[in-house]
Amino acid sequence: MKPASNWQALRTVMQRDLMVVMRRRSDVLNPLLFVLMVVSLFPLAVGPGPDILGRMAAGVIWVAALLSALLGSERLFREDFLDGTLEQLTLQPQPLALLSFAKIMVHWLLSGLPLVILAPLCALLLKLPLEGWLALIATLAVGTPILSAVTAIGAALTVSLGRGGALLSLLLLPLFIPLLIFATGAVEAALVGTDAWPQVLLLAGLSLLTLLLAPFAVAASIRVSVH
Amino acid sequence: MTTLLEVKQLASQRAGRVLFSQLSFTLAAGEVLHVEGENGAGKSTLLRSLVGLVQLRSGTIQFFPDHNEHAEDWRQYTLFMGHKAAVKAELTALENVRLQAQLGGVNDVDAWQLLEHVGLLGLEDLPAGQLSAGQQRRIALTRLWYSKAPLWILDEPFTSLDTRGIQLLQQRFAEHTAAGGAIIMTSHQPLTWQSAQLQHLRIEGGEL
Repeated sequence: MKPASNWQALRTVMQRDLMVVMRRRSDVLNPLLFVLMVVSLFPLAVGPGPDILGRMAAGVIWVAALLSALLGSERLFREDFLDGTLEQLTLQPQPLALLSFAKIMVHWLLSGLPLVILAPLCALLLKLPLEGWLALIATLAVGTPILSAVTAIGAALTVSLGRGGALLSLLLLPLFIPLLIFATGAVEAALVGTDAWPQVLLLAGLSLLTLLLAPFAVAASIRVSVH
Repeated sequence: MTTLLEVKQLASQRAGRVLFSQLSFTLAAGEVLHVEGENGAGKSTLLRSLVGLVQLRSGTIQFFPDHNEHAEDWRQYTLFMGHKAAVKAELTALENVRLQAQLGGVNDVDAWQLLEHVGLLGLEDLPAGQLSAGQQRRIALTRLWYSKAPLWILDEPFTSLDTRGIQLLQQRFAEHTAAGGAIIMTSHQPLTWQSAQLQHLRIEGGEL
């Protein structure tokens, strides 16, 4: 008798989560709509002067991305916890950190990746000067995995608390601040004509480190939560 | 006879109450252990602590003491089913069965036949969330028909099943033990099927 290989288990968990989310599309669309609404309302509120708007653009987009990550975070493990799936995952012969990684990846595919794809539209709506576009897309591409991974840690820790929403936001927001500073710094640097890559590369390193370590933290948190 | 599980001096407490202490038992191939006790006596806690879902206060649990390779990968040779069915409400019965089997490492499972077996044929395309509690339970229980794990730990497997379902399940239990498997289960229903090797373990619980 052979158990599912690690790879097969990873794929199955991803497949199942993707299928479940595809049947509950509002969970995916809500955070994205939130970002689009913030981005489209700002020009109306601040006025269309390209100067102000263009300088604020990166900050607005990133703040919206952070808040939208918090918006859906509570539900990341909620259903799995309630219906017993989380319990069964901890009993799988495969490492729980690996299965947690699958969940993080699904979350990123459905929340981070769409943001990267929508970035040009957001940049256009906020009149971000063209020099900053590449930096914006790059920071979103390397920064959103950090959002997904850190959110997953918080969600796993608070999943058994019933109403952990407020606590979760308080827990996560400080962790996102370095991300915010470096990401907007990179776009700012690109706008004034200096090199944006140091910040982007730093974010990329941070992102890899987070993706490497977060699954273990998520696994430990899940174990605490199902106890 | 090979021993599948050896439990020594187990003790557990919850919220300051000692649920059980100095609990020892062994389970050999072909045996069924029926854990009995009132609501809140600690039956579920015992079963969950066996698989590590609850922290123990003291005691040792040895899976497959006669079988060194199995002992290390005990998760692979043990099937645990708790109160919650672990069935995804958004997925259909068919998808649930297939994904469940894939996760268990069984790729050649005939999901249609399994569904027919547990009496869910004709409902396979409905999201599981629209099925009744007993029907969802049946989806989860299909695991018992393809699982190759010798040791089953089942918490209230008969919950929300009808008489036919209970009978079907007991038949499956009989097959499993005849093939050298062992079962630990809790149930408030008396077992109608009399296994030759049925043991009872009563947890009184409640001492402060």
